[in-house]
Amino acid sequence: MSWFTSPAVRVGLSISIATGLYGLSFGALSVAAGLTFWQTMALSLLLFSGGSQFAFIGVIGGGGTGVAAMSAATLLGIRNGVYGMQMNALVRPSGLRKAIAAQVTIDESAATASGQLDHQEQRRGFWTAGLGVFTLWNIFTAVGALAGDAMGDPRQWGLDGAAVAAFLGLLWPRLQAKQPAAIAVVCALITVLTIPLLPSGVPILVAAAVAGVIGWFKHDAVPAGMAPDVEPYEEPYSEHDVDHYAADHKRPDHATPHRKGTDRKGDI
Amino acid sequence: MSLWGWVLIACVLSFVIKFAGYLLPRKAMDNPRMSRVAGTLTIGLLASLTMMNTFASGQALAVDARIVALAAAAVALWLRAPFLVVVIVGAAAAALTRLAGWG
Repeated sequence: MSWFTSPAVRVGLSISIATGLYGLSFGALSVAAGLTFWQTMALSLLLFSGGSQFAFIGVIGGGGTGVAAMSAATLLGIRNGVYGMQMNALVRPSGLRKAIAAQVTIDESAATASGQLDHQEQRRGFWTAGLGVFTLWNIFTAVGALAGDAMGDPRQWGLDGAAVAAFLGLLWPRLQAKQPAAIAVVCALITVLTIPLLPSGVPILVAAAVAGVIGWFKHDAVPAGMAPDVEPYEEPYSEHDVDHYAADHKRPDHATPHRKGTDRKGDI
Repeated sequence: MSLWGWVLIACVLSFVIKFAGYLLPRKAMDNPRMSRVAGTLTIGLLASLTMMNTFASGQALAVDARIVALAAAAVALWLRAPFLVVVIVGAAAAALTRLAGWG
């Protein structure tokens, strides 16, 4: 099978386009939050993890400090380390490729690779999605940042509402089971209750600490929320699909938790 | 430190975490507790960020057009709209609410 007929490459490319396009919203929201064009590009080129990037600008836009923004972004990036370990076993890059693979290790590339059963296809899927999303995400971040700069008052265009929708959109696919939803509710309440009491940005870190403690002491086998929020394949058969495995196996009567198609997008 | 400093620190840490997954011996990160904490952290942070961006106005709570955006985005997600559509729906809801004179 060649690269041109490979199903993994096809999935990787469609994921790249869908994800790249919403780089537009990141670029526009980032300049609206007060970052410069080049700070915005630094996040997309160097940090390159959508959830973490949205977290960074979300804290800054809400009046939080740089250290709170950096902390929130870093904590959200921890799952990429877990993906990195899984991808190292699947893709086995060496030398300089190891560093490049690390940089493009995100939800999309991890999900595309681990959805394939054939070793060759896993590598093709990883590199296509990783490099494809990296390229398009950065191009569209630049376009969004330039457009955002030209828009004037961001509130008039509802960009603060767009930020709210973006975070809910990143959270939503992770709430398929009861337990993740309970954690989300607890952390949401903590945030609202502590906003008036603590400096801006700090309530997020309190909520993160509580969520981390829950994860530390929780004993079920399903790593809630570790499914990448992309589902490139019709049938859930990867280890990333633990939420769906759980839903399928524990609750056979549960109404279709599967999201179909490649357009169902989340963070990169 | 300037905002640039924090941007660059976040960038370096992001790469270090990703790269660590490739370098550390497999058993260092391949335990269920590590995956669980990474998972619950992700959920907790995203839930918290959603609330902060909806209700925080500096260090005070405010109810304004953003709550309409939150509700509209939830409906769009319920209808399985793609991410980009959800974001546009949120923006449109907030913009239209303000145009109507509230928030």
